[in-house]
Amino acid sequence: MNRRTLLITLAAPVATPFLTKLAAQSAASGNDTVLIQNATILTITNGTVKGSILLQGGKIAAIGEKVLAPTGAKVIDGAGKFVMPGIIDCHSHIMAEAINEGSVSVSSMVGIEDVLNPEDIGIYRALAGGVTTANILHGSANSIGGKTIVMKMRWGKNAQAMKFEGAMPGIKFALGENPKRAGQAVAAGLAGAPTGARYPATRMGVEDVIREAFNDAKDYKAVWAAYNAKAAKGEIVIPPNRDLKLDALVEVLDGKRLVHAHCYRQDEILMLIHVADDYGFKIRTFQHVLEGYKVAKEIAAHGAGASTFADWWAYKLEAQDAIPWNAAILVKKGVLTSLNSDDAELMRHLDKEAAKTVKYGGLTETEALSLVTINPAKQLKIDNRVGSLEVGKDADVLLYDAHPLSNFSKVEKVWIDGHPYFDRDEDIANRTKKDLEKKALIQKASADQRGPGGRGGTATPPPTTPQEGSNQ
Amino acid sequence: MRFKQLVTFIATASAVFAQPAATGISGAPAAGGDSFIIKGATVHPVSGADIQNGSVIVRNGKILGVGKNLAAPKDLKIIDGKGLHVYPGMIDAATEIGLVEISSVRETSDTTELGKFNPHLVALTAVNPESEHIPVTRFNGITSALTMPAGQLISGQVSLIHLDGWTTDEMGIKPRAGLHMRMPAIATPRGNFAFDSGDAPGGGGRNSFTEAKRNFDKEMAELNEFFESARRYMQLKAAQPAGFKPDLKLDAMIPVLEGKEPVLITAVREREIKDALAFADKQKLKIILLDAQEAWKVTKEIKEHNVPVVLGPMLSLPLNEDDPYDRQYTTPADLLKAGILFSIGTLEGNANLASRNLPFQAAQAVAFGLPHDEAIKAVTINAAQIWGVGDQIGTLEEGKWADLILTDGDPLEATTTVKQVFVKGKPSDMGNKQRQLYEKYINRPN
Repeated sequence: MNRRTLLITLAAPVATPFLTKLAAQSAASGNDTVLIQNATILTITNGTVKGSILLQGGKIAAIGEKVLAPTGAKVIDGAGKFVMPGIIDCHSHIMAEAINEGSVSVSSMVGIEDVLNPEDIGIYRALAGGVTTANILHGSANSIGGKTIVMKMRWGKNAQAMKFEGAMPGIKFALGENPKRAGQAVAAGLAGAPTGARYPATRMGVEDVIREAFNDAKDYKAVWAAYNAKAAKGEIVIPPNRDLKLDALVEVLDGKRLVHAHCYRQDEILMLIHVADDYGFKIRTFQHVLEGYKVAKEIAAHGAGASTFADWWAYKLEAQDAIPWNAAILVKKGVLTSLNSDDAELMRHLDKEAAKTVKYGGLTETEALSLVTINPAKQLKIDNRVGSLEVGKDADVLLYDAHPLSNFSKVEKVWIDGHPYFDRDEDIANRTKKDLEKKALIQKASADQRGPGGRGGTATPPPTTPQEGSNQ
Repeated sequence: MRFKQLVTFIATASAVFAQPAATGISGAPAAGGDSFIIKGATVHPVSGADIQNGSVIVRNGKILGVGKNLAAPKDLKIIDGKGLHVYPGMIDAATEIGLVEISSVRETSDTTELGKFNPHLVALTAVNPESEHIPVTRFNGITSALTMPAGQLISGQVSLIHLDGWTTDEMGIKPRAGLHMRMPAIATPRGNFAFDSGDAPGGGGRNSFTEAKRNFDKEMAELNEFFESARRYMQLKAAQPAGFKPDLKLDAMIPVLEGKEPVLITAVREREIKDALAFADKQKLKIILLDAQEAWKVTKEIKEHNVPVVLGPMLSLPLNEDDPYDRQYTTPADLLKAGILFSIGTLEGNANLASRNLPFQAAQAVAFGLPHDEAIKAVTINAAQIWGVGDQIGTLEEGKWADLILTDGDPLEATTTVKQVFVKGKPSDMGNKQRQLYEKYINRPN
C-alpha cells in the first residue's frame, strides 16, 4: 500500500479528490473567448486602464477603453471590479509528496517533478487566492538540493499538463541552519535526518560542500567534453559514466538551470555569491533572503533576484534580523524582488502580503503588485509569457471585487490560458451538491462496513473514523 | 456634569503636565505625558457613531471626553488630528506574546511547564517586558493582548497585559484572567498530503483510532478526577480540619470552581467543542472557547450555553480537505449571525500568525461577509468583554484607559500606517529593532 492510498484510506472513506475534480471540470469547460468590460485593469507594466480586456485563444487579445466583443464571446461586466495578472509564487511546495532527499548533502540527482500530486487541494486553494503559476521546490535540508519545476495551476489536469511549457528548470540550494541541522547531534532522529551526523554541521562546511560538488562537476564536464570532442572526430571511444547528480550541476555551470538558493543571513549570501563567481555561474534568486537588505548592493551587482516574505520573522534564530522593510529596501537598491509563500496558507493571500510593502517602505501600488506578478515572472524567466497584462501574453487573469491591495478584496474569477479555473459563484453554487454527494458516499461506505465481512455491529466506530486494514 | 468638573480640574492642574515626547528614546516607555487633547480627527469610538472633526480628551491616562467641539483648557497639550483617525487600541484575545521569543529556540520559550495540570502557574510571571515582539506588535496598533501558557491539559492562568510598561507589574491588566485548558481530542491521522500538516492539536501522532480513543478516555478521566479532587479540596479548605495543608495547584482551582474565573478551553473540532460544553455543564464552569474552528457547526449549542468564542486566525487553511476554501474566512460572520460573542486571537507568536497581523485577520472576515464595524469590535470591545474588562478598555468612552491609536486610515488595511499608539494615555515608542535595522541599512552607501 503506497503512502497516498494509505492516507486516503485512513482519512475517511470519502474520496475528496473525486468531489473537487467535478468542480474543476465544470469551471474549466467555459467559453474560451472572454471580454471583461468596464473594469479597472491593472496591467502592472503599462499603467491602469479603465475599460476592457479580451481573452482569446488562450492569450490576451486586446486591452483598451473600448474593445468590441467578438461573436460568441462571453461578456462579463466588470463595473467596480479590478483585473490584474495571475499571481506567481516563486517558492512553493504544494503538490509535492516528498520534499527533502535528506540522506545526502548534495541531492541534485532528484527532482520534485517526480513526486507531484495534481489532486493536492492546495492547488485549488491557491487558485482561489489568485495564484496561477508556482515554482515548486525541493526542500532545504541539503546544501545542494533537488531539481525544481514551474507549474501552472491547471486544476483538474494531470501533472504533466500542468507544467509551465518551456519554463527553464531550476535547482534548490540551501544555506544556514537547515542544511547543517542534519550534521548536528541534536538532529539525530529527526524526521528526514539520519541517526548519525551528516556533514556539514557549520556554515563553513556548507560552503565546502558546494565547492566540492562544483569541483566534481567541472571535472565531469571536462571528461565529457573530451569524450565529445573525440567522438565528433569519429574516434571510437568509450563514453564516460553518466552521473545524474553532476549532470544537473553541469547544467548550472552552463546556465541552463536556474539556482534558487534558500538563505537567511548576510554572511552566507555573500559566501554563495563568491562561490558562484569563482565557478562562473549565477544565482538566479536568493530565497527567503531575510537579511538581503543588508547586502542589497552585492545581490544587485551579482544580478541575482531576491524572493522573500513580507513580514515573517522570529521562527528561528537566523530569522531574528528579519524586517518587514526587506522587500522595499531591496527594490529601492535595484534588486529584482518578489514575495513568495513557501506555505500553502500564505500562498492564498500573496496579494495582501504585497499590500504590506506600501506601509513598510512606501512602495507604490504598482511596485507592490509587481512583487507577486512581473518580478517573479522575470526571476523565473517566464516574463515573455506571464506576469503582466499585455497583448500577446498568456491569458492568466484575475477578476477582483475590489482593489487587490485592499484587505477587503477577494478574487472572484481566475483564468489560465483563457480557461476559467476558479469561479467563486460556481464554487458556492456547487457546495450543496458536493455535501449531498459526500453524505451519499458516507452512507454507502457505512452500509458496506455493516455488510458481510465487515467489522459490523454497533460497536463499530462511526464511518468517518479510520479502519486499519480496509483499503477500498 | 462630571466631565465639566474634570475639565476644570485639568485647567488648574495643568501646570504639572509633563510634555510627551513624540516617541520615546531607545525603547523606553514614555514618562508622564498622559494628558492631552486630540483635535480635528475622525474619531471612531466603536461604542457609538463615528465623529467627524472630533476630539478626544485624555487626563491622567484615562479618557475624559469624546465628541465634537469639546471645551478644553488652553494649556492642555494639543495633538493635531487633522486628516487622521482615532480608534481604540486593538486587543489580541489569545497569544503567547512575551512568553516566546524565537519559536525554534527552546531556551526562549516559557509556555509549557512539565506536568499535565498546572492551574497555579501564571503567564504574567514569565512575560519578558523587553521582548522584541511587544514593540513590533504595538507598531500596528495592538495595545493589549491576552498571553497564555499552553501545551498541557491545564497549562496555567492566562494574563491580559498592556503592550507597554517598564515591568510586568505595570503591564498587567488582569494577571489571572482565566485558566487555559485543552479539551482532550481523539486525534486520528488525517488525509492531508501537505508536508507540514500537523495532527489535531494535542494529538499523539499517527496512531490508530483505538489508541487515540484510549488516550482520549484516559485524559478525560484524569481531567474529571482533577476537578473532583479540587472540589473536595475546596470543601476541606472551608472546613479547615486539623492538619489541613494548603496545596498551590488545588488552591488555584477555587475561583474556577466558584465560577469567578473563566476556563479558556481549546476545542478545535465539533466533537471537542461539544465535549467542552458538556464538561462545563457537568463541572458548572464559566467557559470561553478557544480556536473553535468548527464553531460554525455548533452555533446553536454554543449560543444556548451563552459561551463566547475566541477564534484563531482567519488566515488559516480549512481543517478538512473537503471544506470550502473560504471556511475559515466565513466563520466570524456565522458566529455573528448566531448571536455569539466572539473575538480573535493570533495564538502562537509565530511567523504569519504573528500578533502584529491581528487586524488583517479581522479584515479577511470582512472580505468574506462580516460587517466592517463588527470586525473592528471583534478586535477591540468584544475581546475586552470576553476577558472581563469591557469597562476598562476596548472603546473610546469616558472613564476607560486611554488606549488609543492615531492612524492615517482604516487600521484593518495593511497599507495603513499607525502614526502613534497611546497606552494608558502615554505615547508609546513607535520604534523597534526592526525599524532601527531599516533606518540603518536604507542608509548604507551604495
